Amino acid sequence: MRWVCILFPQLALDAALRQRADAEEPLVLLTGPAQRRVLQAVNDPARALGLRAGQSMSAAQALSKGFATAEYDLAEIERWQQFLAAWAYGFSAQVSVHYPRAVVFEIESSLGLFGSWAQLEVRLRRELDGLGFRHRIVAAPNPVAARVLANAYDGLVVPDDEALKEYLGQLPVDRIGLPPQVATALSRMGLRTLNQVQALPRNSLARRFEAPVLKHLDALLGLRQLALAFYLPPDRFDVRIELNFDVQSHQALLFPLRRLTGDLSAFLCGRDSGVQRFDLHLEHAGLPDTLIKVGLLSAERDPAMLFELARGRLEQVQVEAPVRGFRLRAEDLPTFVPQYQELFDDRPQQSLPWEQLRERLRARLGDDAVHGLRFQADHRPECTWQGRGDSQPGEPERTPGAAKRPGWLLTEPLAVHQGSARILMGPERIESGWWDGDDVRRDYYLIETRAGQQGWAYRAVGEDGPLWLQGWFA
Amino acid sequence: MGAVVALDTLFNGGQVWKGRPAPPAASPQPTGHAALDAALPTGGWPEAALTEILLAGQGVGELQLVWPTLARLAAAGERIVLVAPPYVPYPQAWQNAGVDLRQLSIIQAGERDALWAAEQCLRSGSCGAVLCWPHKADDRALRRLQVAAETGQTLAFAWRSLSEAVNPSPAALRIAIDARPAQLRVLKCRGGLARATPIAFPVGH
Repeated sequence: MRWVCILFPQLALDAALRQRADAEEPLVLLTGPAQRRVLQAVNDPARALGLRAGQSMSAAQALSKGFATAEYDLAEIERWQQFLAAWAYGFSAQVSVHYPRAVVFEIESSLGLFGSWAQLEVRLRRELDGLGFRHRIVAAPNPVAARVLANAYDGLVVPDDEALKEYLGQLPVDRIGLPPQVATALSRMGLRTLNQVQALPRNSLARRFEAPVLKHLDALLGLRQLALAFYLPPDRFDVRIELNFDVQSHQALLFPLRRLTGDLSAFLCGRDSGVQRFDLHLEHAGLPDTLIKVGLLSAERDPAMLFELARGRLEQVQVEAPVRGFRLRAEDLPTFVPQYQELFDDRPQQSLPWEQLRERLRARLGDDAVHGLRFQADHRPECTWQGRGDSQPGEPERTPGAAKRPGWLLTEPLAVHQGSARILMGPERIESGWWDGDDVRRDYYLIETRAGQQGWAYRAVGEDGPLWLQGWFA
Repeated sequence: MGAVVALDTLFNGGQVWKGRPAPPAASPQPTGHAALDAALPTGGWPEAALTEILLAGQGVGELQLVWPTLARLAAAGERIVLVAPPYVPYPQAWQNAGVDLRQLSIIQAGERDALWAAEQCLRSGSCGAVLCWPHKADDRALRRLQVAAETGQTLAFAWRSLSEAVNPSPAALRIAIDARPAQLRVLKCRGGLARATPIAFPVGH
């Protein structure tokens, strides 16, 4: 057991179904020219209506009207296969999309990380169910055998070559991946199963059939290695969902958004990377796309968090036109560094780390809403404070002088009415800033209002006006 | 109902066990003001609860009341969040009070979002103290803050106008600051009777 084949028996249908909120709605996929549309695939509710694959569209419409249709798009299927390969890349470095509608990957070298195959199989199935793809999983000693056995079995584990011979030997000749004309020729020779074919002398088989047939049989039994081209994950994520009606409210966009962020998360887990910024494109008919930029302070990949953040940004956007398509693009995929957490935390309820909380706040309140405070070594009060994005840890602060300063600073100084306050202390001269054109020469006083509030007020040197209140000794 | 038994004889004979009110567990969050600690039943801020500070106007020492606590929490590596402060915190003054500015985060938000942000911060449990200045908060909003503080095991401070003192509040502790004379009055404290006598609170000048 070295190779796993996951076969997706209805990849096209699953790909179309998972973009719809209602999975129980009858759906058929159509193919063929516009004059003669043919049903390519039907889901179970549609089959219950009497629709079958291969029917013409007119026959189907004669049977029933209550079904949805979608285009059977080969490029789309190819893209979903690539996506599933990206997902499988999270479990193995050797992933191949050699076979259509299937993903083959080497697993034995990964079992040390993921535990036994039984556990891993449960996990694979759970994740595929979550992504919404029906599947058949078979593990076998070589990739060809795994793919062929996936035709007939689900959940089969073939431990070694001996067992493999037994399982393969019982397979009928038309199920072992041979070209149809070869399979027909074999059955017309009276050979029903692979065992019977194996019993034939090798040189007579070689004389009767072309070389690829023997090569395939050898690869199937592990006598010959099949050279597979391995999958390399792309450096960007770009998935688009076409909405089949005009969407007017953001509520209706939440389902596709959940799908897109979930897919993004699966892709990121496969690459072991995170995402720091991604774009949501809302496509309109005849108008340029509405672009929503989602930026994070650190790389993340948790699906729930990505969804919540994207949702926070999406809900704030007003679009002029109905939305036709929805697209998620992520170009910048930095390495994901898991959060360091202590085993015995002081605070057991620490359910949401500060980094996530900060992202949540920024998503709703705006990018600049959360900032830290930094001491700027300047004597002018209005220059001493400045917000800073608190993503960087910051250097240890310099200890300033012990001069008494108010806890609150007013952004705009207020005039103090004559007689409403008395001076307790002062003046303290602050004279600075001649080098940057913002020259300040002020005498500062500690004042107390009639109500007993203590404030910090100044008067420019040489002037005789009212005091200007600039802070409260809170 | 025959014999009348004097209580003293029963007690002295040791036949009746007399329960004593257990003192509430000491709070792990001392306020840093000895007189105030002595007046509070738990000897400190009520843990994981909302504390309301009522004042008539700015500049009566409302920050000096919490600075020792904030300095202690910041030194312990806890995060301190100011949700929509009414003025700009003067870094030098906060630093002089011993607060590590690196542990300080300020959230700018509007009236409604400020309550939401404060609740989120409290509920997350990732902050040591959350400071907020609700202006038109009603009983329900304050109760939400109180519940969030309990959920996240976080200290919550809310500064409000002294005129709110007559309205009931779900806060575990309510302290009024008077400017003249400079004193603190404990209006309500959970786990004990509020002390009627005011506590002298000299503003740091």
